Amino acid sequence: MLDDFLVRAALAGIGLSLATGPLGSFVVWRRMAYFGDATSHAAILGVALALALHLPIGVGTLIVALAMAGTVSTLAAKGWAMDTTLGVLAHSALAFGLVAISYVPNVRADLSSYLFGDILAVSRADLAFIWCGAALVLALLIWRWQRLLTATLSEDLAHASGINPSIERLALTIALALVVAVALKIVGALLIAAMLIIPAAAARALSRTPESMATIAAFIGAQACLGGLALSLWQDTPAGPSIITVAAIIFAASAVFGRAAQR
Amino acid sequence: MPRLPKGPPSKGTCMSLISAQHISVGFGAAPVLTDVSLSIQQGEIVTLIGPNGSGKSTLLRALLGIVPLASGHVTRAENLRLGYVPQKLSIDRAMPITVRRFLSLPQRATDKDARAALKRVGLAAMDAAQMAQLSGGQMQRAMLARALLTDPQILVLDEPTQGLDQQGEASFYRLIEELRLETGAAVLMVSHDLHVVMAASDRVICLNGHICCQGAPHVVSSAPEYRALFGLGTQGALALYQHAHDHVHDGGPVPAGPAPDARPKDAFGRSPTDPHYGHNHA
Repeated sequence: MLDDFLVRAALAGIGLSLATGPLGSFVVWRRMAYFGDATSHAAILGVALALALHLPIGVGTLIVALAMAGTVSTLAAKGWAMDTTLGVLAHSALAFGLVAISYVPNVRADLSSYLFGDILAVSRADLAFIWCGAALVLALLIWRWQRLLTATLSEDLAHASGINPSIERLALTIALALVVAVALKIVGALLIAAMLIIPAAAARALSRTPESMATIAAFIGAQACLGGLALSLWQDTPAGPSIITVAAIIFAASAVFGRAAQR
Repeated sequence: MPRLPKGPPSKGTCMSLISAQHISVGFGAAPVLTDVSLSIQQGEIVTLIGPNGSGKSTLLRALLGIVPLASGHVTRAENLRLGYVPQKLSIDRAMPITVRRFLSLPQRATDKDARAALKRVGLAAMDAAQMAQLSGGQMQRAMLARALLTDPQILVLDEPTQGLDQQGEASFYRLIEELRLETGAAVLMVSHDLHVVMAASDRVICLNGHICCQGAPHVVSSAPEYRALFGLGTQGALALYQHAHDHVHDGGPVPAGPAPDARPKDAFGRSPTDPHYGHNHA
């Protein structure tokens, strides 16, 4: 069954969605959208690092994404103006990454697969990496779920309940870096943040509790992956952008019909 | 609700639930708090008053460990169960969360306990409502219900009646007083209005970067320090929320001034008459 590239692609998309649904919900609740951008754009720098040092791409991406997410968290804790800082970091990371990659010979041809993903070329090893990474993120989020929610609702309430909000922020930072490393192969550095935000935003109008929003977001993400693959096959469009296109259409539909249903 | 009612502790037990020893907050030229010492005993109601920027909220936050201390230290009774009601909770509309779900953060509450807590604060039918759609008063009550679910030994409330109308304020104070009698929990509360405190307060602490004076409400209102700070606006009268149970005061604050016999009976039979009662300055 795994011999079929389409089956592998579908499984990769579903695995990723299991992690991006809940994590994307936190990104939406905590208004971390630009934070996701900065971290995922840094993935290109990670690719350059991996190619230069002959490391596996996943390892290079993870290292650089962790470094970027850590930098952003630290700056945020020091009270930097986050909108500007994140804008600077997100685009600089991308530009530096693209410049760095141009120094590595024989990569230019593959560049678009790092920027927009190459889900149809997912190998068995990639699939194992994606599912392990997604499982790790999901386990981390489930383990700390109550604490993460409390800290997201109010840092003061968290403190008073003996929860340290900085630790919960660190947990989310690590989860985000892991997801970036996992998603690179599927939707590419430019669209990872979209995979986090759009399904979660689409789930918002349909949910009454944090848990239902996280679950529905994961489901919508998986549907977007399957739908995007179908679209890509049918119209011969690039798979990564097709996935996000389908997600955006689901979002528009939920925004219109979800709101109407709530009234 | 867990373990109701306990009633106020008997006279003579004098265990300090939470205390601050010579704490200062903020560094340099403009410290927010300087050398503040206080301790909250079992079952007492303590109200903090002071002008804007006097460090009332900061003092609460320092006691809770939210803001770092520049010096001094805070001691809590072992395994202290503390219920905190912050000044306000701004729930982002991006986050769907029902009142019922909110009560289970971070400790899961059983449906039975959650129902009892909501009923107790007057939100009986609101368990399925979205938090983001509650009014200011409902939000305060929801946060109070959540705090009650931990069976607190002390309730810490930061300007709980800010934004409520007079009736809402009066009924919230009545609720707090009843809860103190039912659960025996101490109450530490910041009042957003300098001149209005709960009549049931055992002790009023007047703060202005340091503790100016403290004591029973009628004592503080006649203390020279209080008059020096706040005396201009209301000729020094400290309005007390009275709610005598035999007649109605239009639900509003009643400027009682120094009228000791109008106060409800102190749960401990204590009658602090010295403005420096409990004063911790060396």
